[in-house]
Amino acid sequence: MFRKITLSAIAALGVATGVHAAGGAGHVHDHAFSFEGPFGTYDQMQLQRGLKVYTEVCSACHGLRYVPLRTLGDEGGPHFPEDQVRAYASQNFEVFDEELDDFRPAKPVDHFPVSGDPNAPDLSLMAKARAGFHGPYGLGINQFVKGMGGPEYILSILTGYTGKEKEEAGTIFYENTAFPGGWIAMAPPLDDELVEFDDGHANDLHHLAEDVSAFLMWTSEPHMNARKEAGFVSVLFLIFVSVVLYLTNKRLWAKVKRKELAS
Amino acid sequence: MAGIPHDHYEPKTAAEGWLHKRLPIVGLMYDTLMIPTPKNLNWMWIWGIILTFCLVLQIATGIVLAMHYTPHVDLAFASIEHIMRDVNGGQMIRYAHMNGASLFFVAVYAHIFRGLYYGSYKEPREITWIVGILIFVLMMGTAFMGYVLPWGQMSFWGATVITGLFGAIPFIGEPIQTWLLGGPAVDNATLNRFFSLHYLLPFVIAALVAIHIWAFHTTGNNNPTGVEVRRTSKEDAAKDTVPFWPYYVIKDLFALAVILAVFFAIVGFMPNYLGHPDNYIEANTLATPAHIVPEWYFLPFYAILRAFTADVWVVIIAETLTGGIIDAKFFGVLAMFGAIAVMALAPWLDTSSVRSGKYRPQFKWWFWLLVVDFFVLMWLGAMPAEEPYATFSLIASAYWFGYFLVILPLLGVTEKPLPQPETIEADFDEHYPPKADSASGAAAPAE
Repeated sequence: MFRKITLSAIAALGVATGVHAAGGAGHVHDHAFSFEGPFGTYDQMQLQRGLKVYTEVCSACHGLRYVPLRTLGDEGGPHFPEDQVRAYASQNFEVFDEELDDFRPAKPVDHFPVSGDPNAPDLSLMAKARAGFHGPYGLGINQFVKGMGGPEYILSILTGYTGKEKEEAGTIFYENTAFPGGWIAMAPPLDDELVEFDDGHANDLHHLAEDVSAFLMWTSEPHMNARKEAGFVSVLFLIFVSVVLYLTNKRLWAKVKRKELAS
Repeated sequence: MAGIPHDHYEPKTAAEGWLHKRLPIVGLMYDTLMIPTPKNLNWMWIWGIILTFCLVLQIATGIVLAMHYTPHVDLAFASIEHIMRDVNGGQMIRYAHMNGASLFFVAVYAHIFRGLYYGSYKEPREITWIVGILIFVLMMGTAFMGYVLPWGQMSFWGATVITGLFGAIPFIGEPIQTWLLGGPAVDNATLNRFFSLHYLLPFVIAALVAIHIWAFHTTGNNNPTGVEVRRTSKEDAAKDTVPFWPYYVIKDLFALAVILAVFFAIVGFMPNYLGHPDNYIEANTLATPAHIVPEWYFLPFYAILRAFTADVWVVIIAETLTGGIIDAKFFGVLAMFGAIAVMALAPWLDTSSVRSGKYRPQFKWWFWLLVVDFFVLMWLGAMPAEEPYATFSLIASAYWFGYFLVILPLLGVTEKPLPQPETIEADFDEHYPPKADSASGAAAPAE
């Protein structure tokens, strides 16, 4: 009887959490990222390519204020060797040092700079902050079953430009099929072959967008691999404990319930 | 402690006797753990242990989080990211705390509906029930204030909307709101006091939990039949009960392990599924989110709050009768708190002499309709305030009140209950028949 409660509770949770999405959201298409599902992990090479796209394109306006540069060397992330992290930091960014009272090249202990353009939102958490579309009827099904979330949203935005423009109150808006409302103030940032990869990986628009979306997922959830590992260890351990306790409980109650024990 | 006759702790050695004479703490623990518990409890009696575990989990993870968190409007959001990125194990502790709140509410709702179905609120367990409702109210307050601490968009705007409810109280509302917030709007002062209270209230809850347990250890547990344990003699009581240790400790631990396996699957693989993505955007006083939605566990009561708009006839009557003192906003607030108050009054609203819903053929239907109503309200709470949801909310809210204020009092008069078992032992034997050698003739079919 109370099984009904449990089932309806599960259903209602899906309903209740999914619903925020309603309203004129744009179209977000699904993409199979390497980090989806319980077994999914980040693709180190993809994160490294994504960083390159971010550095050469996005960082012109956007920032990653919560991401320490040293984490580029973290396992489960882009996992660059230490000297490369140091070189990357000092070659690409300058930070203001209060002790020197002057700018100096960034070190691994520094964070990525904040957005240079006040209208460009910080991208550190974008992949988690834009995970709020949940599929048909706001049921949360797409997120639950397909693992659709923020990275899909970013990918859909980057590849969703139709080429149309309009001017409103002095600002140019670009039509975008994924952006809520259909018109976005950000000019199409990526184009085919805009960034060259050292390993010669495909660099058409779609691949560039994919790589940078994956990179931004990592910036918002840098310890995802470790989290899933911890999830597996806990769940497997608890299943084992459950079985042991189930058998203990059965044996314990057998006498009270007047049942024969097999052994 | 319990009114059920059973063996009490006897100090065996001189040292034990010495301590027992001065501080009977071992005796207290022994009597608490060995309390005779009805032997027919089903799986809906596990939630108490789950809830106790949740409280411990939340306090333990919360204390660690507080070591790394900074309650300041300019630093709070960044300090959460610091926990998620730099603190060893920080993301797991935070995700466990975040989803721990959800587990807490899943368990408390199951626990409350268990009580409603089996009549656990009825005489002589009214105090247990009311203390339980108090714990539930404090849990909601604690969860709400905790949700404000990350200082995301939903934290800020949720706090603005909910504290605004107090402003709806006539005459004294605005001063109360300002006093709660520590200023004219949600700001640093609000964040600081919410942090302080979020740390304090769990310990108040812990104290109330002790009273809750004390109360039902005095009356004895209810059970699925609603028939009381026999207190005529120790032997009779022993036929109806088993000691809590080891029988229910092991059973409850098994249930806890299964539930935790599901819980850690959520924490490990989809920790943000139950949260709102907007809370990963730092609070911005200038940008209101498109939909301000509370966490899922508040949705049923949020739906009741919003259901009573100015065009509803009861609201119009209330407004006319009070000369405008009770307007739609205040009516909504009264309805929301009233929805919890009617639950607290259930012991006196339910007039039936039969305790368990198992033996109440009509009650069953109304009860399950209430469960459905609860989930419908949850769904409606997440929907935008427009038609047809507004009408649905009104109907669903009306049923919530109707169940407690009309149906429960009337059913006791009109309903003809089914026969109840004489004793718990009789009910238990029906499920687990005694062996042929001890019972009469026919061999009991092996299960």
